[in-house]
Amino acid sequence: MLSINQSTDQLINLLTTLADSSLIMSQRLSEWTGHGPALEQDIAMTNIALDYLGQARHFYQYIAALKMDGSTEDSIAYLRDAHQYRNHLLVELPNGDWGQTILKIFLFAAFQKPLYEQLQQGKDEHLAAIAEKSLKEVNYHLSWSSDWVIRLGDGTQESKERMVKAIDYVWDYTGELFELISVEPIAINYDLIMQAWFDTLEKIFDKATLLIPSRKPYQTGGLKGNHTEHLGFVLAEMQWLQRVYPNSEW
Amino acid sequence: MNIETSTYNQPGAGIENIWKILEAVSDPEIPVLSILDLGIVRNVTIKGDFFAKDDGYDVVTITITPTYSGCPAMDMITVNIRMALLEHGYKNIQIKTVLSPAWTTDWMTESGKVKLAAYGIAPPAFKIAACNSMESDDQMAIQCPHCKSYRTEMISRFGSTACKALFKCHDCSEPFDYFKCH
Repeated sequence: MLSINQSTDQLINLLTTLADSSLIMSQRLSEWTGHGPALEQDIAMTNIALDYLGQARHFYQYIAALKMDGSTEDSIAYLRDAHQYRNHLLVELPNGDWGQTILKIFLFAAFQKPLYEQLQQGKDEHLAAIAEKSLKEVNYHLSWSSDWVIRLGDGTQESKERMVKAIDYVWDYTGELFELISVEPIAINYDLIMQAWFDTLEKIFDKATLLIPSRKPYQTGGLKGNHTEHLGFVLAEMQWLQRVYPNSEW
Repeated sequence: MNIETSTYNQPGAGIENIWKILEAVSDPEIPVLSILDLGIVRNVTIKGDFFAKDDGYDVVTITITPTYSGCPAMDMITVNIRMALLEHGYKNIQIKTVLSPAWTTDWMTESGKVKLAAYGIAPPAFKIAACNSMESDDQMAIQCPHCKSYRTEMISRFGSTACKALFKCHDCSEPFDYFKCH
């Protein structure tokens, strides 16, 4: 049995990974604003980025309430350095081309879906509520990105080559998604999540005539604060205003 | 309006008055819809405030739920609710946000759906009938709000806001927004 403080720390730990991954995903996807291949898809990408931002805000607001140390959603997002971020490495990777960005969303949404399905059944009511709310959005992201994976994978020779290249680049960062974050009262079954993730991949990759790599993904470190060189650049852009003009509001 | 004599804030003025005020608060993105049409107001309560004996104003608590997690209209809606109530003489206003049960388009009122269609946005299909499977959206027959044809096709799952998808009509050739079921 853990003390109340220990279990709160564990919960904050889990929430921080959920929040940071959503926020960095949002920040990355928003880079596409004004650069999408067609207006409709540009808008789609922006909408998905907005969903991720909203989810991140709900998690950060909850963290701030649990910490009771004067933290706010803004201070947590804007005033931590890269080594204090706990997001998965996958989400901080550069967008690359449209196919690579789509693939990142697809792989991440296919992971979030079974994770949030479990969390919405979990004992922590507030986290369950955020998961229930987010799940509706994640389902949409998954179906949108699945359509694109199929369209590009089973598309032209060039679109296929690009998808194969993207899979090769991103694949090694996917194993980290299933690393255990232990929170005693909320037992997350990562085996079930990984199984559901694989099932989704098999189904969609099969339609897309793409192959799931056979090698074991090896990249890790994000959950401990050991990030790729890319995160610092993302944060520099995102945090610049608050760092230069502290406490500014608009 | 003279706030001190506002009839709305007399003891016993009742919850109905507050609902009436909320009826006039519209969605900033879709101004034809009130926040009641959208179904985002979940609860309204009034109770005496023991800590504010000096003014004797009751505490009005409005509970709302967001449509989408990142909907930028929510912050503005919160401000607009507060403004509307202040204008009618209410002083102690609390606006609470709940996430569960998650908002669904099934909470949209029938009159809201009629207003949407008249505004040129196809209203959401019923969730139970059409939204259960992940792939359902593109197979659904969505009626064109302009010419009423069902020969329509989805162009993009995401439209001008997170809550809408983009369609086009094969009969009148007009593009239109569809308020997707959620």
